[in-house]
Amino acid sequence: MIRTTLVGAMALAASVSMAQAKTTITWWHAMGGELGQKLDQIVADYNKSQDKFKVVATYKGSYPQTMTAAIAAFRAKKQPDIVQVFEVGTGTMMAAKGAVYPVYKLMKDMGEPFDPNGFLKAVVGYYTDSQGNMLSMPFNSSTPIMYYNKDAFKKAGLDPNQPPKTWGELVADSKQIMKSGAAKCGFTSGWISWIQAENFSAWHNQPIGTEDNGFGGLGARLEFGKDKALVKHWANLAEWQKEGIFKYGGPVGGNDAPPMFYSGDCAIYMNSSASRAGVLANTKGKFEVGYGMLPYYADVKGAPQNTIIGGATLWVLRGHDKAHYKGVASFLSYLSSAKVQADWSQFSGYLPITQAAYKLGQEQGFYAKNPGSDVGIKEITLNPPTANSKGLRFGNYVQVRDVIDTQFQKLLAGNETAQQALDNVDTNGNKLIEQFQKANQ
Amino acid sequence: MKRIFFRNKFLPYLLIAPQMVVTIIFFLWPAGEAVLQSFQREDAFGLHTTWVGLANYRALFQDPAYIYSLQVTVVFTIGVTALALISALLLALAVDRTTKAGSTYTTLLVWPYAVAPAVVGVLWWFLFNPTIGLMPYLLSLVGYHWDHALKGDDAMILVIISAAWPQVSYNFLFFVAGLKSIPASMREAAAIDGAGPVKRFFTITLPLLSPTTFFLVVVNFVYAMFATFPVIDATTQGGPADATNILVYKVYQDGFVGLNLGSSAAQSVVLLAIVIVLTVIQFRFIERRIEY
Amino acid sequence: MVENRPILNILAHLVLILGVLVVAFPIYIAFIASTHGPTDFLSGLIPLTPGHDTWHTYMTMLTTGMQTSGMPPLSLQMMNSLIMALTIAIGKISISIISAYAIVYFRFPFRNLAFWLIFITLMLPVEVRILPTYKVVADLGMLDTYAGLTIPLIASATATFLFRQVFLTIPDELMEAARIDGAGPMKFFWDILLPMSRNNIAALFVILFIYGWNQYLWPLLITTDASHYTIVMGIKRMADVADSQPQWNYIMATAILAMLPPVLVVIFMQKLFVKGLIETEK
Repeated sequence: MIRTTLVGAMALAASVSMAQAKTTITWWHAMGGELGQKLDQIVADYNKSQDKFKVVATYKGSYPQTMTAAIAAFRAKKQPDIVQVFEVGTGTMMAAKGAVYPVYKLMKDMGEPFDPNGFLKAVVGYYTDSQGNMLSMPFNSSTPIMYYNKDAFKKAGLDPNQPPKTWGELVADSKQIMKSGAAKCGFTSGWISWIQAENFSAWHNQPIGTEDNGFGGLGARLEFGKDKALVKHWANLAEWQKEGIFKYGGPVGGNDAPPMFYSGDCAIYMNSSASRAGVLANTKGKFEVGYGMLPYYADVKGAPQNTIIGGATLWVLRGHDKAHYKGVASFLSYLSSAKVQADWSQFSGYLPITQAAYKLGQEQGFYAKNPGSDVGIKEITLNPPTANSKGLRFGNYVQVRDVIDTQFQKLLAGNETAQQALDNVDTNGNKLIEQFQKANQ
Repeated sequence: MKRIFFRNKFLPYLLIAPQMVVTIIFFLWPAGEAVLQSFQREDAFGLHTTWVGLANYRALFQDPAYIYSLQVTVVFTIGVTALALISALLLALAVDRTTKAGSTYTTLLVWPYAVAPAVVGVLWWFLFNPTIGLMPYLLSLVGYHWDHALKGDDAMILVIISAAWPQVSYNFLFFVAGLKSIPASMREAAAIDGAGPVKRFFTITLPLLSPTTFFLVVVNFVYAMFATFPVIDATTQGGPADATNILVYKVYQDGFVGLNLGSSAAQSVVLLAIVIVLTVIQFRFIERRIEY
Repeated sequence: MVENRPILNILAHLVLILGVLVVAFPIYIAFIASTHGPTDFLSGLIPLTPGHDTWHTYMTMLTTGMQTSGMPPLSLQMMNSLIMALTIAIGKISISIISAYAIVYFRFPFRNLAFWLIFITLMLPVEVRILPTYKVVADLGMLDTYAGLTIPLIASATATFLFRQVFLTIPDELMEAARIDGAGPMKFFWDILLPMSRNNIAALFVILFIYGWNQYLWPLLITTDASHYTIVMGIKRMADVADSQPQWNYIMATAILAMLPPVLVVIFMQKLFVKGLIETEK
């Protein structure tokens, strides 16, 4: 009895002194809404699981806002330990050699067990250097998939369990749906640049730039205009928009696209696999949702190849002391553990980033119980990635995306042809990339 | 300047010190840095810096996007100024005619000035939202397909309305004050001569209001060019296809979002030149008014 | 009024009523939106009559905020806005009135230089020096502090010029009399100048309070910690939530709460407001 009290007291004393010595690890992220809530829960679980470190997660707004806030803070020497950066910021982060602490190196320096081979190839491929070292820690990766309104399909006399596979089928279905009055428009899409340009090209195994889409080095340049399949696709999108088959949801993420699908106006909707939770929540009680892979053009050789990912990874910033990095390493291990990853990906719709997490999900029967939840994984693993479908890595790409949006808008407004629009993407985008190359050499 | 004054060696410095300290640390020093940066090229994290002379400026004026932004700014500034001035003048003339209810109307018309531009932007953004907004719905009833996410002109109209809305109150107050200072006898005399209200407005009221009008034009220019950042940010964010990307917004986009520091700094310096010109015009005018 | 023309009078009222409606319309819609539940917006059109969620929406926003978008309770944000607005208004008035006093009532070397330095601040709106100013504030360790929110904004050429004008109109005899009575410069300032400028101070306070409350870009840049968010910048954070839908009822409730204090100030202190507005621009 006395002994147990003593042990208890000692443990208490120890925990008190440990509590005082806790190192605070700051993490800036861009996860709002339900995702942010879930993230806070993961962090709280981690803080409870050990008593050396305390992770403080702060929501910093949209992806671009979070990234620029972290960079501005770095310049002011007030940077967080960890920052969540979206995939198109990768080029910028990689070039900032003195500012980021590569994850593979951090794990080695801190003696944290770390197996890069445990991660899904299609995911980490995006974030490794030319020697195959992982520079940042994948956290939330997604890929675009197709959602469709099964009720509208039924109403139009289509088979609700047969989503269109090719663009040809998609347009034929759309026309039938519109004619039957089941919906006012055929399809809409979020993230034009990501889904209808970058992923489109990877899915059709076409390059969008030189030097393996930028993986080869800073000298790489864009070549969207040379991708004839893409030129044709954009010309079609403009045509379909005129006919009312396609409705544009706005630049960047396309904020106006989801309501068009939720309200039943558009029968088909392309967006991130991570939108699944939102789609289900917003269509509950209104209509049944079906899932499919992105459509492709049957006449393009090599399609469908595999889709590329989006979403974000966690970058560790330099300028803190070793105690911090110990905590960061321990936290990153925790985040990528099968249990946490499986939980996070099942909740959010993001892809499981490790094989172990995917396996765990299969064992739990999650994918069988939740139709559509594995479409994304099937897409990215459909074929082994080629040089055209590994991803892309260009500097200043956040702004290049703006250029893509701008040119797409000009195309839809009828000011430019598809070829002109994509050529302008190359000309204007390459200027930005060139500036980036000059500033980082 | 006073003819007589206190003699004290230290007191005046002490009194002026706080203002000087804040001005130097938070205004002059950063502005100086902006000028320096405009001659440099630097990566986002500030790890490498090179001097590039006038390259940033050259690139700027050869960049069609910047020239386009200049044009957009001109259209936007003139649009906001014209809309805000004309509606304010109409309202002020109307209030000038109503004797009794004038002050009630004034109260009901001035408060938008107190609404933050960011909030104004959010309000109009909501009204014109393509999916759930009321205005696109009403417009669709008369056969117009409103889409500011795609049509540059629609977006321009949206930002002009949003930006002009709070500014109407401001201009209104100055026009009311201006109208009050026009002697009634002058208008009565003209009326006796048989001049109708329209003729009186153009021959008497408008010319006599011209100092107020000129002053308001300058103030509205400055407002539209610099203070409308929150409106743009909350409505169109410069789009579609840069159709509403005014200079101030571009500086922020290129600098704080795009992290293209050299170019952003060069743009700041160009803006600086514009403010200086406008301020000098305004100040010369103010000085003249003081003398009168 | 020059002559009585009923048609013109009716026209005047029509113009005014139309003006009042145009001015009130967006606010009405915003308020209506804030009274509805979140699902009422998905049908495709905003309702035009009040809903039933008013109390719930406003109480939620005031007391808990939207933690998921990193929005602390609005009561906290409104408190921050109030602190910011008051500090800026009082700070600007204080430092401007004493510098105007120095410039008008003293002769000292560098007096002209000081005057021009103050004048130059007119030409440097925060938009043209965003990044470097941010860096200075960060170097001084003022990110996420009330000092950082306010001090960089309290230099004011307009307020200084206003007080300079006011002081110039005060007759020299007063000062001579004070000097004969043996009053020192500070006594003269406290006992004579300050009371005589009371009206101007009050008018200026109204304008500056609104200016401070409505700041957007500056707090957006320098606050990274939710405990220092102000309500005006908070709205924007709610409006763009990645990968999910804007929650219109909450956004509009925030908009209403954000505009309420300055609008009330204008309505209830209209005379001072008009005086302040017209004087600062003279």
